Amino acid sequence: MPELHGIYAVWKRELLVYIREKERVIGSFVSPLLWLFVFGSGIGGGMYAGASGSGGYQAFIFPGILTMSVLFVSMFYGLYIIWDRKLDFLKEVLVAPVSRSSIFLGKVSGGMTDSLIQGVIILVIGAFLIVPISPLQFVGTLLVLALLTFFTTSLGLIMGANLHSQEGFALVMNFVMWPMFFFSGALFPVSQLPSYFEPISLANPVTYAVDALRTIILGQSLFPFYLDIAILSVFSFLAAVLGVISFGHLQQAK
Amino acid sequence: MAIISCKSLTKQYGAKVLAVDKLDLDIEEGEVFGLLGPNGAGKTTTISMLCTLIHSTSGQASVAGFDIKKQPSKVRQNIGIVFQEPSVDDLLSGRENLELHGMLYGMKEQDRNARIGEMLELVGLTDRANDLVREYSGGMRRRLEIARGLMHRPKVLFLDEPTLGLDPQSRTHIWDYIRRLSKEHGTTMVLTTHYMEEADLLCNRIGIMDLGKIIALGTPRELKSKIGEDIVRLRGAVDADKIRKLKFVRKAAQEDGITTVALVDAPVNLQALLKVVGRVDSVEVREVTLNDVFLHYTGKEIHKEEGEGGWFERVARSGGNRA
Ligand SMILES: Nc1ncnc2c1ncn2[C@@H]1O[C@H](COP(=O)(O)OP(=O)(O)O)[C@@H](O)[C@H]1O
Ligand SMILES: [Mg+2]
Repeated sequence: MPELHGIYAVWKRELLVYIREKERVIGSFVSPLLWLFVFGSGIGGGMYAGASGSGGYQAFIFPGILTMSVLFVSMFYGLYIIWDRKLDFLKEVLVAPVSRSSIFLGKVSGGMTDSLIQGVIILVIGAFLIVPISPLQFVGTLLVLALLTFFTTSLGLIMGANLHSQEGFALVMNFVMWPMFFFSGALFPVSQLPSYFEPISLANPVTYAVDALRTIILGQSLFPFYLDIAILSVFSFLAAVLGVISFGHLQQAK
Repeated sequence: MAIISCKSLTKQYGAKVLAVDKLDLDIEEGEVFGLLGPNGAGKTTTISMLCTLIHSTSGQASVAGFDIKKQPSKVRQNIGIVFQEPSVDDLLSGRENLELHGMLYGMKEQDRNARIGEMLELVGLTDRANDLVREYSGGMRRRLEIARGLMHRPKVLFLDEPTLGLDPQSRTHIWDYIRRLSKEHGTTMVLTTHYMEEADLLCNRIGIMDLGKIIALGTPRELKSKIGEDIVRLRGAVDADKIRKLKFVRKAAQEDGITTVALVDAPVNLQALLKVVGRVDSVEVREVTLNDVFLHYTGKEIHKEEGEGGWFERVARSGGNRA
């Protein structure tokens, strides 16, 4: 059983480390801007000319860019586990009288915090420059992002707990993250994909996150909102179970 | 019942490295037990298994009455560890490191803060408590690490080379504290070290480890008395065979005009020895140290071909200048 004080201690450590690592904080500010403007205005513009609704293509991909940026940050967060295991805090935590599920949940909440900070920044910039949203839409978006990042952070941590080198992590990451992004409908509607890709899209949890975000922000949707949330929740739950198991097996590297 | 008990505890890395080889060991409650051995002997691996940080390959062990395989979380509730490799967090301040430690061990805020102050004082880091560990020297990190391991008052404390890289003053400080902890709180401690004086000074029992096995076990006094009590070094022409016939002499070896004699009770027997020896250029007397014991056992293991006398030639050769 997870213990609150254990989760809190791990989370607090992650937060302190995040704040002190200047590159991470600066990265949180810079990369969303790149995504938003480079991708949104120039490169992607030709891909989907028939964007419906207000704001054109930039508005259409806004939920997708939001997804992409948190996806990236949250999954990469799993890489720190590999470093941690070689030195510092992990040993100290592994030998402490807190359950592995607490350690896992503490790490997940740490990764979620990192990614959500970035998510909020994009959301605020986007709300002013691309798609105006109400406070209610803002909160709804954050809740969906929280669910998404719970899933993706868990996924990154599972990878980190089972892999032993940074190179291996980067490799697996490429095979997991990019397909999840490209087949999610973030950049163009799933309906425009060749039909043989459709099952991949439907099996991809990120598809439902993008759809849920688009429902909230633009009022466009492929699936009912409750279905999006239900499917994301199931995936998150499964990832959490797998994560706790992976952390249960975690040993010190040396 | 022993508070730590290992039965055939084994750890194998890959096909070749047998880091810990069927270790049998009982440590009683309240003991300060020293694991003494050269690099690669398997000390850290043993401690890592007992702390539930790595799985054993075979065999069993229990700590504080709990099986390390079946009840790892119960084991963790009863132990503290000072790691050999630094594990304090660079991007946190000293105080923050201790604070998180206290939180992980479920210490209430008031108790936690009091202990943090106490521990910082102990290791002399009060002034630097709010600086990031990144700005600490190696010795300061080590001291912080020790403070952290002791902070939650564990029943069993593992100290893996605790004073490695410390200046003499900090080392004496930590020694004092270890003794106090043992005396006032009855904390059981397992200490690994390759400083002989440290083991001699702190430990009431010592296991000498080499190649994954404990090859000698006993109190420092017992271990030393197996070799003899004192060592006499004579410079000059000496007939070693005549010396060996004396009944208080355990061993005698010669090299480069120096005769090294291990004997019991030198203060009483020295005169008799010198009478047999006759005129020599110089005489030097000292007590047997754990260093001699160590050399005796590990030397025998590492250089089997040297046979019984191997260690002693090495004592003779290494002379009085031991590190
Ligand atoms: N993770 C590991 N993988 C392979 N071999 C290891 C590993 N950790 C330790 N060893 C080997 O196990 C032996 C014992 O190491 P260790 O317990 O660290 O010794 P000590 O602490 O006594 O110096 C050494 O030969 C070491 O090289
Ligand atoms: Mg070691």
